[in-house]
Amino acid sequence: MRRVILIAVPYLWLLALFLVPFVIVLKISLSDAAISIPPYTPTLDLSAGWQGIRDFLAALDFENFVWLTQDDLYWKAYLSSLWIALASTAMTLLAGYPIAYGMARAPEEWRPTLMMLVILPFWTSFLIRVYSWMGILSQEGVLNQFLLWLGVIDRPLMILNTNTAVYIGIVYTYLPFMILPIYAALDRMDNSLIEAAEDLGCSRLTAFWLVTVPLSKNGIIAGCFLVFIPALGEFVIPSLLGGSRTLMIGKVLWEEFFSNRDWPVASAVAVVLLLILVVPIVLFQRNQERQQEAEK
Amino acid sequence: MQTSSFEPWNDPDARPLIRFRNVTKRFGSFTAIDNLSLDIYEREFFALLGPSGCGKTTMMRMLAGFEDPTEGRIELAGQDIAGIPPNRRAVNMMFQSYALFPHLSVWDNIAFGLRRDRKPKEEVAARVEEMLRLTRLENFAHRKPHQISGGQRQRVALARSLAKAPKLLLLDEPMGALDAKLRQQTQFELMDIQEKTGTTFVIVTHDQEEAMTVASRIAVMDEGRLIQVATPDRIYEEPESVYVADFIGEVNLFEGRVTPEGEGRFRVDWAEGQPPLVAASARSFAPGQACFLAIRPEKVAISAERPADADNAVQGRIHDIAYLGNLSIYHVQLPSGQIVKAQTSNTRRIARRSFTWEDTVWLSWTATAGVLLAD
Amino acid sequence: MNRLSWFNTVSLTLGFAFLYIPMIILVVYSFNASKLVTVWAGFSTRWYGELLRDRAFLNAAWVTLKVAVASSTLATVLGTMAAYVMVRGGRFRGRTLFSGMIYAPLVMPEVITGLSLLLLFIGIGLDRGVLTIVLAHTTFSMCYVSVVVSSRLATFDLSLEEAALDLGCSRAEAFRLVTLPIIAPAVISGWLLAFTLSLDDLVIASFTSGPSATTLPIKIFSAVRLGVSPEINALSTIMIAIVTVGVIAASLISKRNLVRQRRDELAAVRG
Repeated sequence: MRRVILIAVPYLWLLALFLVPFVIVLKISLSDAAISIPPYTPTLDLSAGWQGIRDFLAALDFENFVWLTQDDLYWKAYLSSLWIALASTAMTLLAGYPIAYGMARAPEEWRPTLMMLVILPFWTSFLIRVYSWMGILSQEGVLNQFLLWLGVIDRPLMILNTNTAVYIGIVYTYLPFMILPIYAALDRMDNSLIEAAEDLGCSRLTAFWLVTVPLSKNGIIAGCFLVFIPALGEFVIPSLLGGSRTLMIGKVLWEEFFSNRDWPVASAVAVVLLLILVVPIVLFQRNQERQQEAEK
Repeated sequence: MQTSSFEPWNDPDARPLIRFRNVTKRFGSFTAIDNLSLDIYEREFFALLGPSGCGKTTMMRMLAGFEDPTEGRIELAGQDIAGIPPNRRAVNMMFQSYALFPHLSVWDNIAFGLRRDRKPKEEVAARVEEMLRLTRLENFAHRKPHQISGGQRQRVALARSLAKAPKLLLLDEPMGALDAKLRQQTQFELMDIQEKTGTTFVIVTHDQEEAMTVASRIAVMDEGRLIQVATPDRIYEEPESVYVADFIGEVNLFEGRVTPEGEGRFRVDWAEGQPPLVAASARSFAPGQACFLAIRPEKVAISAERPADADNAVQGRIHDIAYLGNLSIYHVQLPSGQIVKAQTSNTRRIARRSFTWEDTVWLSWTATAGVLLAD
Repeated sequence: MNRLSWFNTVSLTLGFAFLYIPMIILVVYSFNASKLVTVWAGFSTRWYGELLRDRAFLNAAWVTLKVAVASSTLATVLGTMAAYVMVRGGRFRGRTLFSGMIYAPLVMPEVITGLSLLLLFIGIGLDRGVLTIVLAHTTFSMCYVSVVVSSRLATFDLSLEEAALDLGCSRAEAFRLVTLPIIAPAVISGWLLAFTLSLDDLVIASFTSGPSATTLPIKIFSAVRLGVSPEINALSTIMIAIVTVGVIAASLISKRNLVRQRRDELAAVRG
């Protein structure tokens, strides 16, 4: 009996507040927009019995999804989100790997401190970390002032409100997610493997390519997914650092909902975003499982 | 067993493969190797033996190229090898952890070093197959390291380090991870492979039995110095110091003062009211010099009556008996309180054992059985 | 034994500079006397004063704190239960769906979670306010708690619980007296994680809050959308300071415990 309660409470909570809302999104994505409260039709009228349900189902259609393919705003937004997420994941990897590698090679007594330094930003407000770049990248910002003072440029650069700023923001905020799994993989690695490779004729660089990189592969994959998946649906970074031309699907969804109040289209946008995310999520899950297998 | 003819260290014309010349290695303020000189000859199976922290692993890592000596020089085939990185040395190492690449199959692990030399494909394949046959791993070539047993992994590590046919193979505690039974079997396999390939082996171990079994010569080390370098039988029978006598096998030590009696015979006064002991030694001792008489338990005879013709005989009481199956070790307490161990082979069944706890017995040995060592 | 090559040193230096310089600049400029964020006009704590007099900010901070405490506590209870079910629950019908629902919110884009919860609350006619934010935050942070706690439970030696049962505990007593104290560090870090996630959340709170309840991130977001503001700099500095002190204190405590444990072990070995 106690076991039933133990299972039922979290189960029902998640059903009610995770799964059911989701079904609602799916349903509304198949409805039509209307000027009413709530702003969509049809609404399910259970008092009409079976006939009500049948009418309700008959009124659902894929119109919103068709609309998504017709208006090029949406598919451009999806493509550009994918591209921004991919490119910034690659940049985060390039920035994060050397840091994780340096941490793994650092003297034992430094490592807890270095770890803490990587984790600390994670506990700091995400919003504030994104915001901090606004003061740096703006036309009169710290970076432009510094570059002007150095004499590298003679006119301030336009960085804030461009895609460049979005890339910087994503790399900055998600860097710890890239560093930690790679560091974990490198830290687990036995140093004698590198020595063995050198002993068998590898130079430092070939030993790195043939041994270190393959052995940190799982960490690299995990880190890339941990950056790519949230970056794809990112809203805060493009809306604070990006410009009006920065198209990201999270922003589109937000505007569709809050500005246009078109709930069915917003829902359809959400459903498609989720479908796009299923692929990397499943791949990520499989990678994690494989890694756990390997550790057994 | 080594044949008696293979003794290059006794041949003044033989040129050593490896020479350590006054090598010192310091890590910060810690001296790992202290002004050490040593020659190792081609085709030798040389063992570096000592407790952990004695510097044996540092010696090996300097040969492999992972550490450079702070002072002195190391020569390989007459060439100073300081500054040559590990990947340019004709030296390969078998790591204590085996360091098998977990992402590569057994085959690829063995081929790893050969491919670095950009050898043609067929040559690599032929050599890998040869190594697989040598280590009896033909059926496991395509498995990953985590899919084979510990003993097989050990053989993969050996095959991988031998594949490049190095002038010198270094083995760091190669049997440390194996259980006792497998270890013995592996020791013989290792000797077999060494003989077949004719490679010079340098093995690091803290297991004295292992060193005794496999090595042509053993260097006993302590605190970064060589204590004694000799063949296993000499290390055991003629240790040059109390440290070596005590480190290798069991030994009884009698502390006393020595009086020369001529013709290489010495008298050792060791305890009040006890008859002096007699020992033969080729070395010379000053009268009254403090010394130890070291005697192995298997050279001490145990009897109920005092043997008539024994050079040395002491009486005591049996304090403890360790029955090990094939042999028994009696711990006999002398009137002075000292415990002396005497070992007998159990050629008879235990029921007929002649002594038991608290029996008063005589222990005896000949003058040549013990080794007289300066303090 | 490891020595850092110049490459390691350079990448560590640049990496940590990249991570910390933006925050340092933020902190420095929060003490700028000028309203213009880019011009340094001398040291001043003026913006801190203005911030503390701003009732809207104080209200938002109070709402945020209430939401965070309530949702993280609820999430810790639910998440620990869920973790226990996942690790110890054995087989039951719908287990796959259950574990799916535990892991999915971790990777779900916030915009989708927010949208779907909002549609639910409208659907059932629940007025949006503090309660709806608490429900929303509890739902996604309980999943984080359950992941943290279940990884601890997975390495937990079952025989400890069995020993407690053997010595006469009921199942509930065994959990309270043996299991809970051992997994307590994981439960506490789960709570802290849930608390931080709730404090931090903008997107889900924006969807699920009504006009009656504005949280701090919502307030900050609407302020900074218009550009850099010195008051927000001051607020950020306060938040960064709290987190820094907290994280350093936590790491010092865990380090001290580790040192003490090592010393005790050493003493035990020496007898």
